Amino acid sequence: MLVRTSIATRLVLVITLCSALIFAVILGYNYHRSRVMLEQELESNARNLAGSLVHRVETELVSVAKIVQGMARELETSRHTAQELNSVIKTTLEQNPELFGSAVAFEPFAFNASTRLYAPYYYRHKGGIAFSRLETAYQQLPYLYWDWYQIPRELGRMEWSEPYFDEGAGNILMSTCSVPFYGAENGRKQLKGIVTADISLESLTRLISSVKILKTGYAALLSRNGMVLAHPLKDAVMNETFFSIAEERQDPAMRELGKKMVKGESGFILYKSLVGVRSWMYYAPIRSTGWTLAVVFPEKELLENVTRLSMTMALMGLVGILLLTAAVVSIARSITKPLRSLAAATDEIAAGNFDVELPVVRSQDEVGLLAHDFQVMKESLKEYIKNLTETTAAKERIQSELKVATDIQASLLPRLFPAFPDRPEFDIFASMDPAKEVGGDFYDFFFIDPTHLCFLIADVSGKGVPAALYMMVAKTLLKSEGQRLGEPSRILSCVNTILAEDNDSCMFATVFCGILHTETGEIHFANAGHNPPLIMDGAGVRYLALKAGFVLGPMEDSVYTTEQLVMQPGDTLFLYTDGVTEASNHADELYGEPRLLDALEKASREDLVTLVHTIRADVAAHAAGAPQSDDVTMVAITWRGTER
Amino acid sequence: MMRLLWRAWCSKELRLLQNTLLLVLLCSSAVAASPLKKATLMPLWSPQAQFAGYYVALEKGIYARHGIDLKILPAGPGYSPEQTLKNGGADFAILWLTTALRQRADGTRLVNLAQLVQRSSLLLISKKSSGIRSVADLNGRKVGLWAGDLSLPPRIIFARQGIKVRELPQSYTVNLFLRGGIEVTSAMWYNEYHTILSSGVDADELSVIRLHEQGIQFPEDGIYTLEKTLKKDPALAKAFVAASLEGWRYAFDHPDEALEIVIKQMRAAQLPANRSHQKWMLDRMRDLIMPPTAKGAHGLLNQQEYEAVGQAMRTYGLLKAYPDYSRFTGRSDAGTH
Repeated sequence: MLVRTSIATRLVLVITLCSALIFAVILGYNYHRSRVMLEQELESNARNLAGSLVHRVETELVSVAKIVQGMARELETSRHTAQELNSVIKTTLEQNPELFGSAVAFEPFAFNASTRLYAPYYYRHKGGIAFSRLETAYQQLPYLYWDWYQIPRELGRMEWSEPYFDEGAGNILMSTCSVPFYGAENGRKQLKGIVTADISLESLTRLISSVKILKTGYAALLSRNGMVLAHPLKDAVMNETFFSIAEERQDPAMRELGKKMVKGESGFILYKSLVGVRSWMYYAPIRSTGWTLAVVFPEKELLENVTRLSMTMALMGLVGILLLTAAVVSIARSITKPLRSLAAATDEIAAGNFDVELPVVRSQDEVGLLAHDFQVMKESLKEYIKNLTETTAAKERIQSELKVATDIQASLLPRLFPAFPDRPEFDIFASMDPAKEVGGDFYDFFFIDPTHLCFLIADVSGKGVPAALYMMVAKTLLKSEGQRLGEPSRILSCVNTILAEDNDSCMFATVFCGILHTETGEIHFANAGHNPPLIMDGAGVRYLALKAGFVLGPMEDSVYTTEQLVMQPGDTLFLYTDGVTEASNHADELYGEPRLLDALEKASREDLVTLVHTIRADVAAHAAGAPQSDDVTMVAITWRGTER
Repeated sequence: MMRLLWRAWCSKELRLLQNTLLLVLLCSSAVAASPLKKATLMPLWSPQAQFAGYYVALEKGIYARHGIDLKILPAGPGYSPEQTLKNGGADFAILWLTTALRQRADGTRLVNLAQLVQRSSLLLISKKSSGIRSVADLNGRKVGLWAGDLSLPPRIIFARQGIKVRELPQSYTVNLFLRGGIEVTSAMWYNEYHTILSSGVDADELSVIRLHEQGIQFPEDGIYTLEKTLKKDPALAKAFVAASLEGWRYAFDHPDEALEIVIKQMRAAQLPANRSHQKWMLDRMRDLIMPPTAKGAHGLLNQQEYEAVGQAMRTYGLLKAYPDYSRFTGRSDAGTH
């Protein structure tokens, strides 16, 4: 089913959707641009923040490294006795509160030839400084094989150890800075041992942990192996490496990121943080230890203001669109309400009820104009219909009167055939097809005395009622004068005289009048301007040559001549009006006399009815339905003779 | 740097206290049922998934169900399970086969009750960038070796190939290798190998020589006790082995639960606990303890492999003689010695 959509619905849909679309595009663009701007700003902020943190960590580490390197240089420049050595270490520790402990560990027999291992160690303990000997403390694995000793020894350079928890110092995170020192042995540079300083990383990790970015953003510190040193995930600290977390999460991208970090690269990326939040991260290396510092900005919080602004704008837009929709609905209603009632009223009008009240529209807009025009149209229609009804009524009355007139006229003509069944010596048949309700043609036949049959055919000028009336007069006159005078020329002259007397309308009639002597077959006839009839005798069919005579009516003193014709038994006289020969088809071609002659030649003479009907059918076939302006009238008469 | 000193001191005190408490608790609950036999186990190293089966069996009450009130002794740096076993500090110990054979040669009459790790899991790892592809390439390289019996299999390989390496004693971390102090490091497949991966070195950056692929099938972790302990209470030893194997099976069937138990132990011992590392270790232990090629029940010392280890050690002068298989596994009458 096709849903009829109202104007209001369409308006609301189109306007609301368009404005919503426009608004969404603007909002989206705004959000995107704000985001890009924020991200650009963020990167520089992150870089600065990470830079300053790295700088602070680096400063502390470098100062420690310098102390240790200073000790190494001092040990390289002069030989120290055990006491001197102890004093150097202890003083260093006293003067540098950032150090937790410091040791000088010697290569085998490097301190003196009688001692294999020698490693004095001073460290802070319970507010004071305690002393220990590492060669006795490390019983299971000699100090020679620990990372803090072995790595700088093998690499021949300063190294910071991987951070470790020192339980002795209260389980705090430590890292050891180790610097190899050398002596000259037989002119060759020879490793003598390793100087170390332990520092607590507590203050550093506290500094990094204290960094709060937005709400849950944070800073984190990773060791060279990717070990988590400082991170809000306390469980991960010193337990997990960046890589083990990546493995647990089955996140190869995270592992790649970790590799970049431990390689000492720096970068700014959007990733899923260890706490599982999409975040921006800037990471930078701490050069002296190979550690990585990262600052993490949760994307959601970063975009919170933009998001909130966008949400507010979206809300405002939504309210605006709702208001707009309401306005559109109201306007559409104000337009469509009168339209709807107009439509309803029009339905009534269409159903023919012109008395329906059209709705009153007061507005001066197009709808008001339309309503006004509807009102005018309704009035006009009503008036028109009224007129039409009246006219139709009048026409119908005339029509019915004409019908009566037709009937009367028809009844005036002899229509009963065979007209004289008791008179076998002749036969007569006639037909008239009026072009209008009433016609001007007529025919008549009657006995003047028992042996004289008067027959005539006439055509009154003009058509319709005037012609019919004139025909009535002419017919009546012709019949009465015919019966009185019994002589064709005198009948015609007499009738002409009477008709011409008061012929103001200048009407006239053509008449062919004949009187048949039924015993002899002799016909006396006179013509008053009528078409010459056709005689069909033994010699064939031909037009009767006769005196034309003047039509009846216009001139008082017309003179007519009676001519005579003797019929042989079986001869037929065929009379017709010009309605036959002037019958026209759609191409305005006339039926014509030659064709009539031709048709009669071909037609059977046996039966007059058939003959007349044949000609009538031929004429109708010629006309092929084209409306005819003249009546078609034919009379045929055959004399059969008197012998029995 | 002081941590070991401190741990040795602190933890001993603490553990004693903890264990006493635990004992009191266990006893109070166990006394009600049948009396449990007290026993102690010293693992080869500090708590990790390498010993998951024992910790799981303890935690899940499997030892108690087998009539044993077991105490797992602390282990790791500073502890020697073979010494502890020898001087009666532990009833059972987890030892490598090579260690056990050397101890036996030194006169400690210990027996193998069960063999868990069926082959050598030792690897010699180098960075691909140093161009080492085969054992022969190790000639003249700086190679980190652990002290003690853990260095035996590599040494046998070097001797067999006739190469000389620059040996460096290796500590418990892989940092010396990671920093480039040595070119080759010794590593256990289930432990240090994964530590290296977890430090950001990818497997395809490493060149790994697996000793078991070099003909060193040396079985590693096994359960050992003294001959006299076995003789005194064979039922206890049998029950202990059965419970331990059941513990292992449970651990492999419930890896998540086993990891929880192990990590709990590690945290209690204040060790860095890394779940993915322990998971790797447990998975590898499964590969080593229950190799797909193993026929029949796991936990048995294969006699041929035993002979092969013994001969190899004798060949390279590490042993003068090794005991009969049946005697070493305590299956013969110990009294006929």
